[in-house]
Amino acid sequence: MTAKRSVTVTVNGETRTGEAEPRMLLSDFLRETLGLTGTHVGCEHGICGACTVHVNGEAARSCLMFAVQADGAEIETVEGLADGETLHRLQQLFSKHRALQCGFCTPGMLMTALDLVRHRPNLSEAEIRSGMAAVLCRCTGYEGIVHAVAEYASGGER
Amino acid sequence: MTATSPDGYIGRSVPRREDRRLLLGQGSYVADLVLPDMVHAAFARSQLAHARIVSIDFARTMAEPGAVFALDGAGLAGEMPPIGGMQVTAPKGWAERVEHRIALPPQNLMASDRVRYVGEAFAVVCADSRYTAEDAVEAIDAEFESLPVAVDPEAAIAPEAEVIHPGIGTNAVAELHVEKGDVAGAMETAPHRIRRRFRHHRYAAMPIECRGVAAEYDRRTDSLTVWSSTQVVHWVRKEIAFSLGMAEEKIRVLAPDVGGGFGGKGHVYPEDLIIPYLARRLGRPVRWVEDRHEHILNAAHSRDNIHDAEIGFDDTGRILAFRDRFIVDSGAYSPVGAGVAYNTTAHLLGPYHVDNFAGGTTVVVTNKTPNAPYRGAGRPEAVQVTERLMDIVADTLGMEPAEVRLRNMIGPERMPYEVGLPYRDGVPMTYDSGDYPASLRRAIEEVGGVDGFRERQKKARAEGRYLGLGLGCYTEGTGVGPFEGATVKVDPSGKIVVSTGACPIGQGHETVFAQVTADAWRVPIEDVVVLLADTSTLTMGYGSIASRSTVTSSMAIGDASDKVKAKVLAVAANLLEASEADLELRDGKVSVKGVPDMAVTLREIAAAAAPGWLSRRPEGSEAGLEATSYYEPPTVTWAYASNAAIVEVEPDTGRVRVERYVEVHDAGRLVNPGLADGQVKGGLVQGLGGALYESIEYDETGQLLTGSFADYLLPTAAETPPIEVVHMETPTPLNPLGVKGLGEGGAIAPPAVIANAVTDALKPFGVEFNTLPIRWQDVRAAFDAAG
Repeated sequence: MTAKRSVTVTVNGETRTGEAEPRMLLSDFLRETLGLTGTHVGCEHGICGACTVHVNGEAARSCLMFAVQADGAEIETVEGLADGETLHRLQQLFSKHRALQCGFCTPGMLMTALDLVRHRPNLSEAEIRSGMAAVLCRCTGYEGIVHAVAEYASGGER
Repeated sequence: MTATSPDGYIGRSVPRREDRRLLLGQGSYVADLVLPDMVHAAFARSQLAHARIVSIDFARTMAEPGAVFALDGAGLAGEMPPIGGMQVTAPKGWAERVEHRIALPPQNLMASDRVRYVGEAFAVVCADSRYTAEDAVEAIDAEFESLPVAVDPEAAIAPEAEVIHPGIGTNAVAELHVEKGDVAGAMETAPHRIRRRFRHHRYAAMPIECRGVAAEYDRRTDSLTVWSSTQVVHWVRKEIAFSLGMAEEKIRVLAPDVGGGFGGKGHVYPEDLIIPYLARRLGRPVRWVEDRHEHILNAAHSRDNIHDAEIGFDDTGRILAFRDRFIVDSGAYSPVGAGVAYNTTAHLLGPYHVDNFAGGTTVVVTNKTPNAPYRGAGRPEAVQVTERLMDIVADTLGMEPAEVRLRNMIGPERMPYEVGLPYRDGVPMTYDSGDYPASLRRAIEEVGGVDGFRERQKKARAEGRYLGLGLGCYTEGTGVGPFEGATVKVDPSGKIVVSTGACPIGQGHETVFAQVTADAWRVPIEDVVVLLADTSTLTMGYGSIASRSTVTSSMAIGDASDKVKAKVLAVAANLLEASEADLELRDGKVSVKGVPDMAVTLREIAAAAAPGWLSRRPEGSEAGLEATSYYEPPTVTWAYASNAAIVEVEPDTGRVRVERYVEVHDAGRLVNPGLADGQVKGGLVQGLGGALYESIEYDETGQLLTGSFADYLLPTAAETPPIEVVHMETPTPLNPLGVKGLGEGGAIAPPAVIANAVTDALKPFGVEFNTLPIRWQDVRAAFDAAG
């Protein structure tokens, strides 16, 4: 059970291989084995959403997946959002709308919002609130997050 | 170099310096630190609420693959003293005026003879990964003998109760009493008297980042570097130095990015001391990161009061006498002493004038997780009591709750207003500035006015819908001492470098202190470097608790800046061969007034002030451009707020839907209005969580029933109602910037406000909501009882 296996994933467009025990969580594999600490771990039981990444194009809680389950998958993390020095538009909007304070939930918020907007056209505020309820923020009271996602979803100013 | 903002930076919503790294995933939290040859620590925590430790056997533990080291509480007790110096001290003015008996139990760093709550550590294991460390903990063979458990604080002070700390001899570990006027006499003669019992439940800070500590020991220099997810790096360093017998200067404590704290990381925990000890003992870096279950079990809980209050009043609603006796369920230990309990007492009178008052507390130890300050720190409990009573008085007299409040409120013409009680800093409480009635009127106006609401409410009731209006007002002592430090330097580059004892946990301190410094120096904000939460940059600091940093750090930065600026002008006068009186400091240079070309830059002045052969400082002046100040505030500045909320209560589900929530908040002059707004709103949502969702619950054997986020419910974006915050800005006269503290305020009122609103909505049924949280089951029961 503890024999390590080789896991190969494509993370943010780059192929990476590491060793993982079958029980190793994908969140720990990303953070500890691949050194991608932008993905955060807040509860390790699938509720807080801080560890949300995209696996094969879909939002997934990396604390609820084993690394071996992700073998061969395409993974996107917060580290892949910016274009060089230029922040992704959603990242810029988070700053504009003061959608972050301590920043710990932020990677999960960003990855969840991108998934939500990609799958649901013409989001209403209620739909944004319901969709973003997948991630817990303890600092902001959510107002800035909802505004940032709304402006991003609308594609224009808000 | 860009130009200075002509109007300065204070008062503008300057974008945050912190955002970029956090948005890119480049923040660095304790769990992100990787140190060469690092081992991972995991704790064995008690599964019993109260038990004698019979034996602990590590034979199987050390046979686990990857296990490196194991130690139990008794072994550690031989090496390190119980946690010391933890109690926030009782200043003289307080001790003389408040009757008190305080005998707080010492806390061993790990349980050595008995465990006293579920979650208390009794052993620690180090291994080559977090996974193997947890395996090794599982392999500990420990035997316990159960002891009687005290879960209910009232039962814990009954004569037959098992004493949890035999050395203290009682579970009532502190008693406090303070009084003004003649409360017994005034209560006796009051035309009306009402008594009620209020319960404010147990909930907690619950930052999304759990706690964590990493430490590295350097044998060559006999020094330690410690990274802790804490709000108090200097306090952590002091306790490490004491417990390990080291000089403070041999220890560097840093808080890297911290994923929220809200008071829950605002004191020194045993792990802050154990991890450095292990690093020194093993000669290898050690990292410990809590998981969520462990956090809910072991990080401090808060609130948890039972109040028996009585109020006497006349036919007009004027309050004549007010007394409150309450119990604080402290859990098994009391990490910051009786400070929170007294905070509750000191905030009971709020914005109201009452001549006769008595407040008394018993702090009781039980077999639960220790209780320590969380955002609001004793105030939400006080405000629940006072603000529910205001509504009950109004109901008794058939008056509007707003009218009763306005009738008793301290008007702006009475500022500064002496309350007649000492604050916990020992100084007589004096409300410094503000217009309390105006804030309440504004809050009511924002929700559409009382009359307009009563119309709506009446109409809705006729349709079988239940709307309620809840009000809530409070005052809040902020910016408390004893002190905060700052060091200010002009760097050889010409940039201004400031370091202060504030430890940010998301508020935006790097930005706020850059604004304050840029204005003090009249330099572009880009030319200010802010260093925080690192003991190596400042000799003495206090930390970010108690809504204090913007007030206290800003003042320390201002004082230290004044000292350095005086030197800058003296050196510049020497360089320019001009009189200091003819010089002005602006845009990173000193120039002769009216002759902008006659100027020297801060970089040139720094070079001239440096020691050595090329120094060009005035004769007799000391070399260098650097000063440290320790600001000791005269006392607290008083922020305040009025809240109004409209709720709809659903008969079928018992669900409470908040339609609208307004807080009119006054924290004096705002350094960064956008960040201030975020602080207040974030606090309000925590308060709503406490009012409606969050509750830490135990069964009668002391087992925690809410050990995960599936059981402990934080508000999500979906439940969070529209919230509006109106900022009044009445400057305090107590400091030159006019600033008051605001980190906690938002969290204070919502439990009272929602209780008032739900009670108002269910007025036809005559049910009072005096126990928190307001659960859907209780709301449903109110409807069901009415048939």
